[in-house]
Amino acid sequence: MTTVSPINKQSNELTAHKEEHADHRLFGLITFLIADGMTFAGFFAAYLTFKAVNPLLPDAVYELELPLPTLNTILLLVSSATFHKAGKALEKSNSKKCQYWLLITASLGIAFLISQMFEYFTLPFGLTDNLYASTFYALTGFHGLHVTLGAIMICIVWWQSRSPGGRVTASNRFPLEAAELYWHFVDGIWVVLFIILYLL
Amino acid sequence: MSISLPPSTKNNIEKLQPTGWLRYFSFSLDHKVIGIQYLVCGFIFYLIGGLLAGAIRIELTSPISDFMPREVYNQVLTLHGTIMIFLWIVPVVNGAFGNYLIPFYVGARDMAFPRLNAVAFWLIPPAGLLLISSYFINGAAQSGWTAYPPLSITTPAAGQIIWIISVLLLGGSSIFGGINFIATILKLRRPGLKLMQLPMYCWAMLGTSILVVLSTPVLAGTLILLSFDIVAHTGFFNPSLGGNVIVYQHLFWFYSHPAVYIMVLPAFGLVSEILPVHSRKPLFGYTTMVYSIMAIVALGLVVWAHHMFTSGTPPWMRLFFTIATAFIAVPTGIKFFNWVATLWGGRISLNSAILFSCGFIVNFVLGGITGVALAQVPFDVHVHDTYFVVAHFHYIVYGGSVFVIFSSIYHWYPKFTGKMLNEKIGKLHFAITFIGFNLCFAPQHWLGLNGMPRRVAEYDPQFAFVNQLSSIGALLMALSTLPFLWNVLYSIFKGEESGDNPWKALTPEWLTTSPPPVENWIGEAPLVTEPYGYGEKQARKASSKPNSDQ
Amino acid sequence: MPPKTGVYAILISLALIIACIWASNNLSLLPADASSNAPIYDELFNVLFVIGTILFVGMTGLVIYSLIQFRRKPGEEGDGLAIKDNLPLEILWTAVPAVVILFVGLYSYDIYERMGGMQTLNHDVHNQHSMSSEERLWGGIGTLKEDNAEIKEFPINVELTAMQFAFLFNYPKGEIISGELHVPVGQPVSMKMESKDVIHAFWVPEFRLKQDVIPGQPTILNFTPTKTGRYPIICAELCGPYHGGMRSTVVVEEPEEYDAWFQKNSKSTEVEL
Ligand code: HEA
Ligand code: HEA
Ligand code: CUA
Ligand SMILES: [Cu+2]
Repeated sequence: MTTVSPINKQSNELTAHKEEHADHRLFGLITFLIADGMTFAGFFAAYLTFKAVNPLLPDAVYELELPLPTLNTILLLVSSATFHKAGKALEKSNSKKCQYWLLITASLGIAFLISQMFEYFTLPFGLTDNLYASTFYALTGFHGLHVTLGAIMICIVWWQSRSPGGRVTASNRFPLEAAELYWHFVDGIWVVLFIILYLL
Repeated sequence: MSISLPPSTKNNIEKLQPTGWLRYFSFSLDHKVIGIQYLVCGFIFYLIGGLLAGAIRIELTSPISDFMPREVYNQVLTLHGTIMIFLWIVPVVNGAFGNYLIPFYVGARDMAFPRLNAVAFWLIPPAGLLLISSYFINGAAQSGWTAYPPLSITTPAAGQIIWIISVLLLGGSSIFGGINFIATILKLRRPGLKLMQLPMYCWAMLGTSILVVLSTPVLAGTLILLSFDIVAHTGFFNPSLGGNVIVYQHLFWFYSHPAVYIMVLPAFGLVSEILPVHSRKPLFGYTTMVYSIMAIVALGLVVWAHHMFTSGTPPWMRLFFTIATAFIAVPTGIKFFNWVATLWGGRISLNSAILFSCGFIVNFVLGGITGVALAQVPFDVHVHDTYFVVAHFHYIVYGGSVFVIFSSIYHWYPKFTGKMLNEKIGKLHFAITFIGFNLCFAPQHWLGLNGMPRRVAEYDPQFAFVNQLSSIGALLMALSTLPFLWNVLYSIFKGEESGDNPWKALTPEWLTTSPPPVENWIGEAPLVTEPYGYGEKQARKASSKPNSDQ
Repeated sequence: MPPKTGVYAILISLALIIACIWASNNLSLLPADASSNAPIYDELFNVLFVIGTILFVGMTGLVIYSLIQFRRKPGEEGDGLAIKDNLPLEILWTAVPAVVILFVGLYSYDIYERMGGMQTLNHDVHNQHSMSSEERLWGGIGTLKEDNAEIKEFPINVELTAMQFAFLFNYPKGEIISGELHVPVGQPVSMKMESKDVIHAFWVPEFRLKQDVIPGQPTILNFTPTKTGRYPIICAELCGPYHGGMRSTVVVEEPEEYDAWFQKNSKSTEVEL
């Protein structure tokens, strides 16, 4: 991702005492995302086990409507692509274009959240109705929290890339790269979630 | 070989940091300060946890429940287990020694993320105080450190929720620490230093941190679900609402079995540092040690259900987990044989550090053997949830990890303070601890085999005598902390000056002043490619280059 | 190793093994055995005890020997030998524990099989207990292998209900509800267990059997008592403040005594055994 020449990298490493170098921060973020992914893995495992060993009575089983979640999936996937565009633009020092794509990404994320809310309100079951309902809300809710966080991060990055002396520039791309990585991660989780929760 | 470093530049952050003893109470970014903070904070929690253990042992001197109400007994044992694990062993073997030593070992001036590091530490005191305060607010959690539902859902909610919150905070601290260690070991290594030249403790911490990063989040997720059950009345783990209690157990042990290796792998690493120095021999079998750590990490992730042999798991699952669990003895055994081989033919200084390390070997082997027995389903069906299990894990966590912590304090105290500890008092400490420990926990094997379940405040009168023996042992252990405390506190002020390298050790932390300067080395960091280059045949030049000017 | 040391080592090991076997047979480390799987269990225990003691004493001996033999004597200078590794030795101490573990694993599998632990419980239990076909069992321990072939139907069927803080035993045949478990000696018992509130565990140390009693998930435990007497039933899973007081008794009696007890307490008169 980042292109640091070997020499540059080395001297960075040697002086990297009190500074948190971008390279390490990205590495740290990846480690964190692995950890975060394990939380989801735990939830998925719980959901699948519940489903396998605690079958619900037939009258408590709901068919989930597919159109809205499918739309959501598309929203998120597109937003990943637009974020990537923003990153590419920043690499080329085109900060106007970068901001443009960032805004689009953020709007897609927010659209996702709104549509998710909408789905919550139209669902025929509530949080405590039964095991299935609780797990459904726990999984989508926890994911929604991640999307919210991601949207906020995008907005911050956007803000910081606006002022010329801002912190997000072609030479300091770390905030954008971190947000982007996180966003792709959240998308990936959604795809798994979509398959497990809606399609299986 | 060594590359010259630019002269250290102290930046603004440091100038704002207090110096002197005050810095130990500040949001310091210095890894050494943070290490000491972890150590002292952990030790205070150890005293509290030990006080609670004392209360348990007093209650158990008589077969009836007379010392405290039954609910309080359950609260005490829950707090004891939680404090000892999450506030004493885990923060100290990982946080304290990890933060202090790892940057030295990789030749860096600090951890990869100093701020994250400080945050990780400062999560601990509030979480611990919160946990303990719950006892005074509305009664602490009383469903054991395992918090099995539905019991944890039906006992008073306030204590259980506070317990969950503080364990989540501590888990967060642990994850931040883990990320930091992985990044420091893999990314911050000084140029020219290869992975296979790192001191063994780095490998132990790398393995441990992998376990932390992979398993702690699962515990966090599980506890969040549990808190939903308590607060929002969902039914994940509540059978009366269609939930499944066994799923909780699987998720819980998916973390908590690896957690036992999180408590012991770093201790293995520390022993690997201490033994070669005091027996003046290279660490035996470095390469196999590295592989066995990684094998323990891998196996440790797939053995969790051995805590659930009586929970109605299907037969194939019991079989799989028996075999996987028992096989952990092989890589662990390699480490033990290697340590004995390290001692063999050495010039061993019989000081407190080596005594505690050898005490660790002996105790842990016994705990490990009872562990392998527990791993056999038919055996476990009789002794599960009895004092046999209590004996097993105290032999490992106390006889193992705590002995190693003491050994490490004797070994690194001169590094921390520039003063020596008194050896006579140290040996006295060892003797009382070793005798008290064995007197306390060895009889508990018999108790478990003969029918005393754990977590009870009242028991069959036929077990009274053996329980009293055990309580006497606990008293000795409590007494043994007195000489230790005196030694540690007195020596800070009046201890004999140690000089920079009293043990003539070769690992990098000794190749600077004691205590070390703010950025670890006044000049350049030495390149230590042979941290265990002791031994007669090899002239002791090694390839390390100590600081010439200090 | 000089030959003399080798001879000593072998002699000491032999003495150790003999002492262990003697100890495992003569020290009473376990309570009385009162069920047909208790002797099988004790066999496993003895084997593990011997292996464990040898390992423990051996390792401790090595450590103490090294500490004494290789200690730094006053005035001594210099280092130990610079031996870094020794491949054959390391292979040896990887292989030996691996073999021991493999042996222990296979052996305990065999023991477990004989205890009836590897049986699928669902099918042989369905018609014995009052269960709807939807209901699902969650394991536990089946019948002893030796007995298994002959048993078509269990002579004694009991249903255990655990609650805070008591065990209740229900004999569906005689509509008996009892706080104590009565069973005749020598006859296979099948017990279906379910909890009303939290997790409990049914444990009889003299039977060497334990099974959790889980709310919402019935479990099964089959056993054959072999010695008459009164043995404690202990709840072994933390279940609340009075967990320590949650105990009961299993009364193993001669068949005639059992019949008498059964007739006396039975509510339905047409029952006969
Ligand atoms: C640091 C902590 C720690 C460590 C390292 C271990 C290590 C091991 N533990 Fe332990 N264990 C606990 C802490 C720990 N345990 C705790 C806290 C509990 C109770 C939890 C609760 O319920 O509250 C528990 C419970 C527990 C159980 C469940 C018991 C029950 O509740 O019924 C089991 C069962 O398999 C088990 C097995 C093992 C095994 C096989 C090892 C192995 O890793 C040990 C391997 C080591 C050796 C074997 C010794 C050295 C090897 C040799 C000298 C080689 C030769 C040896 C042989 C060939 C045998 N442990
Ligand atoms: C991880 C580390 C750890 C450590 C170090 C210890 C240390 C000790 N433990 Fe602990 N124990 C656990 C972890 C640990 N324990 C766990 C996880 C459980 C299971 C909990 C559960 O079931 O949920 C448990 C349960 C447990 C039980 C079983 C309770 C029951 O099931 O009913 C018992 C009983 O004897 C016991 C005893 C002791 C004793 C005597 C010590 C001694 O070694 C302690 C010695 C130390 C001291 C005595 C400190 C000295 C200090 C003072 C006396 C105070 C002085 C005060 C000031 C100066 C202010 N422990
Ligand atoms: Cu019921 Cu403990
Ligand atoms: Cu375990």
